[in-house]
Amino acid sequence: MGLRRHADLWLLGSAMLLCCVSPLKAEVKNSEHESHSNSNITGIPIVTFKWEHVETPYLVALWVLVSFLCKLVIEANHHVTNIIPESALLICAGFILGGIIWGADLQQTFKLTPTVFFFYLLPPIILDSGYHMPNKLFFTNLGAILVYAVIGTCWNAASLGLSLWGCHKGGAMGELDIGLLQYLLFGSLIAAVDPVAVLAVFEQVHVNEVLFILVFGESLLNDGVTVVLFNVFDAFVTLGGAQIDAVEIIKGIISFFVVAFGGSLLGFVFGLLMCFLTRCTKNIQIIEPGFIFVVGYLSYLTAEMLSLSAILSCVFCGVCCQKYINANMNENSVKTVKYAMKVFANGSETMIFVFLGISAIDKTIWVWNTGFILLTLLFIFIYRFIGVFIQTWILNRFRLVPLEFIDQLIMGFGGLRGAVAYGLAVMMDENKIKEKNLMVSTTLIVVFFTVIVQGIIMKPLVKWLKVKKATESELTLIEKVQNRVFDHMLVAIEDISGQIGHNYMRDKWKNFEEKWMMWLLMKPSARKKQDHVFNVFHQLNLKDAVEYVSEGESRGSLEFIRNDSAIIDFKKKLGEDIFDTMPDVTADTSFDHGIVLRDPVPSVSLEMHEQTMNGLREMEDLNSHHLLQEHLYKGRKQHRHKFSRNHLTINTDEDEVQEIFQRTMRRRLESFKSAKMGMGPPKIISKHTKKEQQKLFSDSGSFFPDFEFSEADSASGYDPSYSYRSGGGIENPAFMADLDPVVPVQIPPWLAEAELYSGAVSPSQRAQARPPLSAGDLRRLAPLRISTRSTDSFMMADIPAAEQRRDSFDLPPPPPPPPSKDGRHQ
Amino acid sequence: MILPPPCPAPLGCSSRRELEAQTGSTMGGTQTRVTQLDPDLVERTGFSPEQINNLHKRFQQLSENKETISRESLNRIPALANNPIRSQIIEAFFDKRNQHGSEVGSLEEITFEQFLMVMSHFRPPTVEMTDEEKEAVRREKLRFLFNMHDTNGDGTITLAEYRKVVEELLSKCGTIGQEAAKEITDAAMLEVASTNVPHMGPEDFYEGITFEHFEQILKGLEMESRMHIRFLDTATVHCGKS
Repeated sequence: MGLRRHADLWLLGSAMLLCCVSPLKAEVKNSEHESHSNSNITGIPIVTFKWEHVETPYLVALWVLVSFLCKLVIEANHHVTNIIPESALLICAGFILGGIIWGADLQQTFKLTPTVFFFYLLPPIILDSGYHMPNKLFFTNLGAILVYAVIGTCWNAASLGLSLWGCHKGGAMGELDIGLLQYLLFGSLIAAVDPVAVLAVFEQVHVNEVLFILVFGESLLNDGVTVVLFNVFDAFVTLGGAQIDAVEIIKGIISFFVVAFGGSLLGFVFGLLMCFLTRCTKNIQIIEPGFIFVVGYLSYLTAEMLSLSAILSCVFCGVCCQKYINANMNENSVKTVKYAMKVFANGSETMIFVFLGISAIDKTIWVWNTGFILLTLLFIFIYRFIGVFIQTWILNRFRLVPLEFIDQLIMGFGGLRGAVAYGLAVMMDENKIKEKNLMVSTTLIVVFFTVIVQGIIMKPLVKWLKVKKATESELTLIEKVQNRVFDHMLVAIEDISGQIGHNYMRDKWKNFEEKWMMWLLMKPSARKKQDHVFNVFHQLNLKDAVEYVSEGESRGSLEFIRNDSAIIDFKKKLGEDIFDTMPDVTADTSFDHGIVLRDPVPSVSLEMHEQTMNGLREMEDLNSHHLLQEHLYKGRKQHRHKFSRNHLTINTDEDEVQEIFQRTMRRRLESFKSAKMGMGPPKIISKHTKKEQQKLFSDSGSFFPDFEFSEADSASGYDPSYSYRSGGGIENPAFMADLDPVVPVQIPPWLAEAELYSGAVSPSQRAQARPPLSAGDLRRLAPLRISTRSTDSFMMADIPAAEQRRDSFDLPPPPPPPPSKDGRHQ
Repeated sequence: MILPPPCPAPLGCSSRRELEAQTGSTMGGTQTRVTQLDPDLVERTGFSPEQINNLHKRFQQLSENKETISRESLNRIPALANNPIRSQIIEAFFDKRNQHGSEVGSLEEITFEQFLMVMSHFRPPTVEMTDEEKEAVRREKLRFLFNMHDTNGDGTITLAEYRKVVEELLSKCGTIGQEAAKEITDAAMLEVASTNVPHMGPEDFYEGITFEHFEQILKGLEMESRMHIRFLDTATVHCGKS
């Protein structure tokens, strides 16, 4: 046996995959291992094996790895995840892992403990939900959400507790030592719909946004409620039935409100604090994102410390701060926060499900009582529906847009229970509640049933009932403008008709916010950039440029810019256009347009970059001559990667970057020719901007099958991650798919700035799908002048610039400056 | 030009029932005044009697107890002062196209009935509506929005017309707003053109957004389910005393 254990230890070091078996034995092994190492100390050990030294962190890291691997394996099978939701599969993976552990150890060494769950796994998820909450939608439906979250949860708890108690009295469950209060306690812990489980299922089914926010908002807020309820009932149980009088009940009710509202308020305060902090972090941008996480976590812990609702605190912290910190922080930091938030949240979610599965494989907790378990399942299901129907019926009398019956069905069906319930169940005190294990096992069964069975049925059900799905909103400028018009119109109509409605309130709030909150919480520079129509415009420009370039690419060249007749046609058309509609601006517009096509440098180059750009270009031209003569292959020089903790530098060596560029271009050219697209003389390629170059990286598969970008990638100083960091214009579609799991659907207008990248998915596909754009689309590039000082416009300034130079050089003009520029200008 | 569809069948039965109930129970006072005004109004606008009453009070407040209301009185509403597209909205009230008729042109003054007609575009949808009714309401609402842009009433939103709206929308941004408005309008027009007339040759000319195109573009926004405000049912306080 000892031998086997040692073998296991070795395996642990060598084969990661087996880690699920070996580390379990750690505890058992410890003593043995010590004796082993002690006996060896006869001199200075060259290498020692110190397992117990690293045990805890090692196990944690291993478990994280294992959970992630589970997810990896599961996500690799798309045909399975299409049918069975990922959360259910993760739980099943947990079963298997648990089984292995059990088989090896004959006891369950690893469990989801309430401490780990509530202190480490839950906060990231909650913070992420709050931070990515679609605010407008949330606050518009706040009334309904609160009703569902508070009244609905209380209803669920009370009805379940009382019904079970009734059934107990009626003798449906045999001999059980559970009193009414304990039933209510059980009811309260299992009443809440779980945000983790709900999100995991609902994000895959893309229901319409109102339905989504109702279910999601409810699940978030009612977690707070259920924890409060649980604590109150827990206190009651401790007090014992006899001592509960009216005063205690009133105190319980008061504490309920204090805890819930206090928690929300605390979150609000922390949110403000966070905004305020990010206002001053200009000089420490590299740790800027850290503030968000630390303050968010502190809001959770502080609430916990004050015995307020930690979940509500964290949610509201995220909800309050998102707008301001997104405006205050540097674009890169915002992205970092988003990604890191997703990493933590998604990781926690994965671990929660896996560990739920693992925890279930434990003989000691399983107590079976058919009556109790089946009745609980039944009541939960029924009361959820009854609750939803009654509440919706009441709400519909007040809602302007009533909830339809189908939506109610889905809401009822979306009542998934999850890890919060389990965490609370495990927290129960065994001394006070004799049947704790029964409750824990029932909770587990409820969780598994709802997540697995209801989760699987959800998707077909949504399809079958033809639930209104979310519109995949493609971001267009006109929609954006129209939205604006629309908001103003509603406010105006309310003003005229003298009604105080949502729009009126929202308008008042907006004014207040603009006047005070922004002044207090936003950097002065950020305040100026608040106009969203503007931002959309800017983003669209980017997208256009990308499309335009890829359009040229799909035709094999940028022929249509260079084609003079096309320009003339275009000019003529545009001229007529303008003339017909608005004679007085003709001169002005055609002037603009002339600038874009003919003499772009003065106007398109942004004032601050112009000089450097020109200087660079001269240098680059020289370089490119040289490099071409040298056949471009000399540069396998050491890649200078400077390390600095404070600054994220990307390789700035001009020559090197250029050389790489040239090489990749040559390669492309070759494959290009071999693909018989035929019309690609070298100078055409010179028109590719860096944006496009990146695009090639992502699209190389489709356009240039032979193109190897790995070489460029490995040799270059380009940070590979750059392709998704860059200004929101280019997104690698493959990467985008799973990027934003929480709010895949809504791009609320006021978030648009932050969420734009999801609107910009795979421009290349759009470009290919679309019919060729007329050259007139280039016009959109012109206005970039106005929205200056951004990386993207800076980069795009290169298109026309290249145009200008096309006649003077036969050799490929050099690529645009390296990406490192971006960092500087942001 | 497509004529605006007639006002969809209002919730005749329920409102009428309420009306009867009301006239039956509370005779006298302000409650009956509207019904004296025109018992048909409920039928035609779809508002409930209480709502009509409320709106009537507001109307009188705005018109200073006259029979009609003019642009100036609407312009005087203090809450509107900050609204960038105020003029468009006020103009919409005086637009004959928004009166569910077939006339084109604009009015100098509107009566309460006309006021109500315009307001009726902003009624929330109800559960009982059939799909056809919903579709009609949707078109009607979109039509209102379209009319607001199409100032000269020729059935297309031209570049110039659209630019005016965008300019006003950005009017708070100063000069940069002006310039941006122009660019944004151009870009938006191009967008419409490229989505609606995909195979436009270089010689083609896109003269403006027609209603069909407008409908097409705004499909994703689901205006129809959002274009409504809450009209109070009970006799309650009014805001923004003017």
